[in-house]
Amino acid sequence: MKNYKTMVLSNQEISPGYYRMRILAPGFGASARPGQFVMFRVQTSLPPLLRRPFGIFRTGFLPPDCEGQPPKEYLELLYKVVGRGTNIMAGLHHGDRVEVLGPLGRGFDPGNPAEEKILVGGGIGLVPLYMLASHLTKTSSVRLLMGGRTREDILAVTEFERLGVETYVSTDDGSLGEEGLVTEVLKRKLEKFPGASVYACGPMPMIEAVQRICAERKVPLQVSLEALMACGLGACLGCVVKGAGHSEEIPRYLCTCKEGPVFRAEQLDWARMGEETGYCEGCKS
Amino acid sequence: MSSETTKASQSVTGPRLAVNIAGIEMKNPVMPASGTFGYGEEYAPFLDLENIGAIVTKGLSLKPKAGNPTPRIAETISGMLNAIGLQNVGVDAFIKYKLPFLREVTTPVIVNFFGNTLEEYGEVAKRLSDIPEVAGVELNISCPNVKKGGIVFGTDPKAAAEVVSLVRKNLAKPLIAKLTPNVTDITVIARAVEESGADAICCINTLTGMSIDIKTRRPRLANRTGGLSGPAIRPIAVRMVHQVAQTVKVPVIGVGGIVRPSDAIEFLIAGATAVQVGTANFVDPGIMPAIVEGIEQYCIEEGIDDINELVGSLQV
Repeated sequence: MKNYKTMVLSNQEISPGYYRMRILAPGFGASARPGQFVMFRVQTSLPPLLRRPFGIFRTGFLPPDCEGQPPKEYLELLYKVVGRGTNIMAGLHHGDRVEVLGPLGRGFDPGNPAEEKILVGGGIGLVPLYMLASHLTKTSSVRLLMGGRTREDILAVTEFERLGVETYVSTDDGSLGEEGLVTEVLKRKLEKFPGASVYACGPMPMIEAVQRICAERKVPLQVSLEALMACGLGACLGCVVKGAGHSEEIPRYLCTCKEGPVFRAEQLDWARMGEETGYCEGCKS
Repeated sequence: MSSETTKASQSVTGPRLAVNIAGIEMKNPVMPASGTFGYGEEYAPFLDLENIGAIVTKGLSLKPKAGNPTPRIAETISGMLNAIGLQNVGVDAFIKYKLPFLREVTTPVIVNFFGNTLEEYGEVAKRLSDIPEVAGVELNISCPNVKKGGIVFGTDPKAAAEVVSLVRKNLAKPLIAKLTPNVTDITVIARAVEESGADAICCINTLTGMSIDIKTRRPRLANRTGGLSGPAIRPIAVRMVHQVAQTVKVPVIGVGGIVRPSDAIEFLIAGATAVQVGTANFVDPGIMPAIVEGIEQYCIEEGIDDINELVGSLQV
C-alpha cells in the first residue's frame, strides 16, 4: 500500500454515465488482491477536499512505448458519474496528474476451489467481481449474475465471458437479458448448485436480498460493501458498519475500509443494515 | 546579524525548527490533530513518525465508546462534517494494545482524552499519570457533561476550570487544554483554563455544523449535526488563535484547516508556537513532513534562524 502520485493513461465513457479509467501504477498489481479498493484523489487542488473510494476493476500491463523499455503497469477503475467528484473525473485525460492510495482493505477469500462460485453484481457493483473472477476461473467454475435497471447499467459482460465465466443478465425493464431482479436468477441457480459459494456487490437492497436468500439456504456468502470514507485507513472511523451481535450496550462496529470492504455475511448485523446507508460516490447504482 | 550572515550560517545548519510546548521538546512544530491520525500506527506506512513534532492520539475515554450511528461523515465546501461520536478503545486497551507500537518511536506522544463526567476526566488522568511513554496530555473539553444536563464543559468557564483543575491535581505531566470554538468569547475560556493550571492551549476544535440532503430533506449525518473541519474553518481558527495568544501567557497550538505550509505559517505568525494538521491527513497521508519542509523552506527564504522568532510576529 502506498500513495501513487501518477497520471491517467486513458479515460473513456463505456456506457452513458459510466467510465473506465486506466492509471499508471508501477508495482501495483503485485500487491492488489480481488476486492480491495483505492482512495482516489480527483485533483490535487481543492475542492473536492476528500478522496473517493473505488473498487479495483483490474490491473494489467500495456506494451512499452519503445523497445528496451519495460511494459507500463496500470490499474483500472470503472466508475459511474454520480456527483461532483466523479464529474471532475469524467473530464480527465491522458497525462492528467492524479493520486491513488492503495491497495486498501480486505479482499475476497477465494475459498475452496472445488466449489461452484456464483458472483452477483448489481450495476457498478460488478467492479470488484471482475478481478475476483479472473482469479477464481483458474481453479473453479464461475457464474456471474448481473443485474441493472436498464441495459445501460450492464457493463463489461464480454470481458467476464472472455475469462470463461458463464454470465446471466437481468434488467428491471427487460431491455437486456431477463426482465426482473437478479436475485430471482440467484434463487434458480442455487437450486441447481446448492453447494455453491456466493460473492456479491451492488446496491444495499440487492445485497440484503442476496443475504436473505443465502441465509435461508445456508449458502456461504461474502459481500463487498460501500461506505462514505474520509481516510480509507481505519483512522477516521467514518465508514463503520454494525457487526454481528451489535447492541447499544455492547456496540460492535467494523470499519468498512479496514476490516472490509469484503465481509463474510455472518460478520454483519443484517437486522439493521438498511437503516444506515452511506454510499460512496463510485458505487451508487 | 546581517541577512547575508544569517543565510550563510543557515546553509551549514539550516534554521532551527524545534519548539517547546509546556516542557515537551518537539523537533518541529507540526503534529496531527487528535482523531485524524488514529493511534499513529495507521499512518506509519506513509510517513516517518520520527519526522513530525509529536504524535497526538485519538481521544480516549475511561470505558470504550461506541460512537454514533452512520452516516458519520459528509463532505462540504472545502471541508467535512464528522459526527464519529468519539468512538475509541478506552484508556486501558490503549495502554495495553496501542502504546507498545508508540514506544518504538522517539517522537513525543500526546494522549488526548475526554470524560462524560468530571469524575471520568479525573480517573483517566490518574491512569495516564504513571505511563512514561506519555509525554503530555491534551484535554478535550468539547464534550457534554452528562451529569449537568449535557452542558459542554468547554462552553462554560466555571466547568472548564473545574475539569482542568481536577486533571491538574491527578496528573504530573504537561497539560494541554483543547478549546471548542462554539462559544461567544473564546478568550474567557482560555483565561479560565490557564488560571486552573493548563500548561498550553490548543485551539480550535471543530465548529458545529449541519448539512441537509435536499432530495430526502434529511440531515446528511445520522447525528443531525457534526463538527466542521478542513480549509473552510481556517480563517476562524487563525482569528481565534490570535485572540487567545493575545490573552494568555502559555503557549498556543493552532489547529483548523491547515493543508499547506503557508497555512501553518499563518498560525505561527498569529501567535501559535506549534500547529496541528487534521483533515488534510485524510487527503494526503504524507502531508505533515511536507508541511515541515515547507516551513523550513520559508525560514530559509525569509532569513529566519529559529522558528520561535516567527511566533506571534504579526505586524499590525
